[in-house]
Amino acid sequence: MVEARIVRELTALLGPERVVGDPHDLIVYECDGLTLERATPGVVVLPETAEEVARIVKIAHREQLPFVARGAGTGLSGGCLDLGGGIIISMARMDRILEVDFDSRLAMVEPGLVNLWLTNAVSKHGFLYAPDPSSQSACTIGGNVAENSGGPHTLKYGTTTNHVLGLEVVLPDGEIVWLGGRVQDRPGYDLTGVFVGSEGTFGIATKVVVRLLPAPEAVLTMLGVFETMDDAGNTVSQIIREGIVPAALEIMDQLTTQAVEDYIHAGYPRDAGAVLLVELDGPRAGMALQADRITRICRENHAREVRIAKDDEERQKLWKGRKSAFGAYGRITPNFYVMDGVVPRTRLPEILRQIEEIGARHGLRIANVFHAGDGNLHPMVLYDGRIPEQTSRALQCGEEILRACVDLGGALTGEHGIGVEKQNFMPMMFSPADLAAMERLKQVFSPDNLCNPGKIFPNPSHHGETTQRMPGIPGGAWI
Amino acid sequence: MAEPGAWKFDAVDAPEADRMMECIHCGLCLAACPTYRELKLEMDSPRGRIYLMRAVAEGRIPMAEAFIRHMYLCLDCRACESACPSGVSFEHLVEGSRGQIQRRTEGLPGLVQPILRLVLNGLFPHPGRLELLADLLRLYQVSGLQRLVRSLHLIPPALRLGDELLPPNLPRSERRPPGSSLPPAGPPRAVAAFFTGCVANSLLATVTQATVHVLRAGGCRVLVPEQACCGALHIHAGFRDVAKGLARRNIEAFLASGADLIVTNSAGCGAELKEYRYLLREDPAYAEKAEAFSARVRDVSEVVTEFPPEALRPVPERVAYHDPCHLAHAQQIRKQPRELLRRIPGLELLEIENPDWCCGSAGIYNLLQPAMALRLLDKKIDTIAAVRPSLVATGNPGCILQIGYGMRRRGLQARVVHPVELLARACP
Repeated sequence: MVEARIVRELTALLGPERVVGDPHDLIVYECDGLTLERATPGVVVLPETAEEVARIVKIAHREQLPFVARGAGTGLSGGCLDLGGGIIISMARMDRILEVDFDSRLAMVEPGLVNLWLTNAVSKHGFLYAPDPSSQSACTIGGNVAENSGGPHTLKYGTTTNHVLGLEVVLPDGEIVWLGGRVQDRPGYDLTGVFVGSEGTFGIATKVVVRLLPAPEAVLTMLGVFETMDDAGNTVSQIIREGIVPAALEIMDQLTTQAVEDYIHAGYPRDAGAVLLVELDGPRAGMALQADRITRICRENHAREVRIAKDDEERQKLWKGRKSAFGAYGRITPNFYVMDGVVPRTRLPEILRQIEEIGARHGLRIANVFHAGDGNLHPMVLYDGRIPEQTSRALQCGEEILRACVDLGGALTGEHGIGVEKQNFMPMMFSPADLAAMERLKQVFSPDNLCNPGKIFPNPSHHGETTQRMPGIPGGAWI
Repeated sequence: MAEPGAWKFDAVDAPEADRMMECIHCGLCLAACPTYRELKLEMDSPRGRIYLMRAVAEGRIPMAEAFIRHMYLCLDCRACESACPSGVSFEHLVEGSRGQIQRRTEGLPGLVQPILRLVLNGLFPHPGRLELLADLLRLYQVSGLQRLVRSLHLIPPALRLGDELLPPNLPRSERRPPGSSLPPAGPPRAVAAFFTGCVANSLLATVTQATVHVLRAGGCRVLVPEQACCGALHIHAGFRDVAKGLARRNIEAFLASGADLIVTNSAGCGAELKEYRYLLREDPAYAEKAEAFSARVRDVSEVVTEFPPEALRPVPERVAYHDPCHLAHAQQIRKQPRELLRRIPGLELLEIENPDWCCGSAGIYNLLQPAMALRLLDKKIDTIAAVRPSLVATGNPGCILQIGYGMRRRGLQARVVHPVELLARACP
């Protein structure tokens, strides 16, 4: 609980509609998309300007209260939880598009803007904002900046960091500064690059200058149907090896396609071992040729069927199926635990075999859907939280899968961030010296460690103490 | 000291715990929710509301002031259901929660509760009283009394919006003797029992007439069984037992009519009629009948696209179409009304921005929560005004009244009509 006098001061600053202090209300802010981790915040405030954010941060600083920014709460690593009974600063009301400059191909937006709303606002002028997390219809640009979010189109277009030119930031002491700006190359340190992906520990972005891209002239979506996961994985490797750069390369396993089909009826085959979704975009000239090459590669890898979406409706349906995969799991399991590991693309068949073994060893089914093009896996551990030891076995599976990813030369997370969920796995990837270097950088921005503390870095007391582990509801809807 | 308020849901017709578990807490519903978009408070988002319901179910918080406020600020527009990848029936959860609130607590604060009770229990279940009220309202307009009380500012604030919502020049209400059977214009193709709906029938008689006209023109024999209010408003408010009584009356009447189809021109009524199967799922005497009843219910736009009238005359209008929530989200009917309008020669269909965002009408939400309703209405009118239509079309009486008021308030000329009114104009 935050002291009543502080709540009063915040209310005087923002008005009662923008301060949430009732304990009966605050519980809705106790987790994000990952419900395994919960912590009830002290108070939630909703500023509307950078100046208000700065005043709130100064109050927090004066009172030595921890604070953390929250967007739409769609994150999947517990990154926006307030672990210390401090202040959640909800950026949701700062959701305006401040400026669009098509000549310079950029937009200046507030961090609470919903990702997809930016593309919707510029699409009639032939532009788009490229990073497209599967949660893009709800997640915010500010959250994307914090997590350096990717999406299916990361393969060709890169992650959020490749699309942010500059940031207005409230530093953890309440000072307002600009990092980067409106042009690509600036002298001095690349602090924009440092800030993007810092999981909210370096300050709070209040304006974001993002790159806009011209929408591709043509888009073509293909579906390859395979008997085995190995064949699908080898197809991906060969496509990349032959120098083709599709906009997206996504694989779903049989468990996933069946769940999706029961729900969306998108036209995925129910009996295939794996399906590969390929999207090409760019100039219309040459696209048919590329599609032919991909068809050939699929055939060489024993695809039993290769199909090209005939119209926009079929295309949308295939993508809706893909992006709804996580929701659809709700139909085949009471609970699931979403993982976000990365392996070098060439090791895909290997990690998939290992994941299967891990699942078998723990007696749990593991479904797979992943951004195959960049080796970003989303294994879904299916379990039933009502059976007591299943939750802990699911968590154990998760840990073993991530360890396997790291051992194959990969990483703990592709796009969900470390947050609280994976903080204790950090030593799998980083030496004590590596971690100390990162901590020193954090101290430069946040010397008294009030800005989103308790995240990213290992915390031996976590797991059952700083947050409560809740087996009740499954977490996470996408990737 | 124990906190006030009722704790935990009891077993009677409660929101089902298993259904709450279907929410995977992903948050995709947030940006789809009108109250979240306005307030940006997660308690007033679908995910947040389900979280609060779970908290009540688990005994973490009571059904008291905060919980009640968040449950009733929901429009029950079901936009979250369109956005949900997990297929959560949010409607059943929020309505079940309101049922518990009505049965186990003192309900809404202040005068709202007794007024709600009076209107929903004293007025809507009684068609005679509704007709009387409609007559009085017409008299109120033609006598000049409306102008007088408005100019003297005599209307209490709570009723002001209700007064403003009344369309000017109310038509006579449609009083077709119950049990009438109207033959099709051409060769018979189907038998449709017409569910007229309270509001359309009493305040928007031209919509009722147009519906009968286009159904007959398309080859339907139209039956008008004696009927009761659909009960949607009661369910929204949490008066589930009253709603069940109304549902049983309608089920008996319409099944006895023997019609293949049960047709309504009101998105709100249609959505509820299709939910009778859920409402009466635990009633051994009616569960099966409710299933049979709900399976036959169609929106008029579904029927006229299946049995379209032929040889249409041009209707040279620029028409902006607004998706009623209870058509687009509750029944997933988006194509048919547009197809119906596109069939009419000379008519230009205009797509507005976010056509399926709620206009704020939501049953009687606009009377209970006028501040939120007006915020949503303003946004809706902005998007309509941007396409400069000569008419606005939408298939729900509540939306027709609400958007009509919004247009008048801005001094915009375009009238709001039901799509079937335009089709009727095109029908010889």
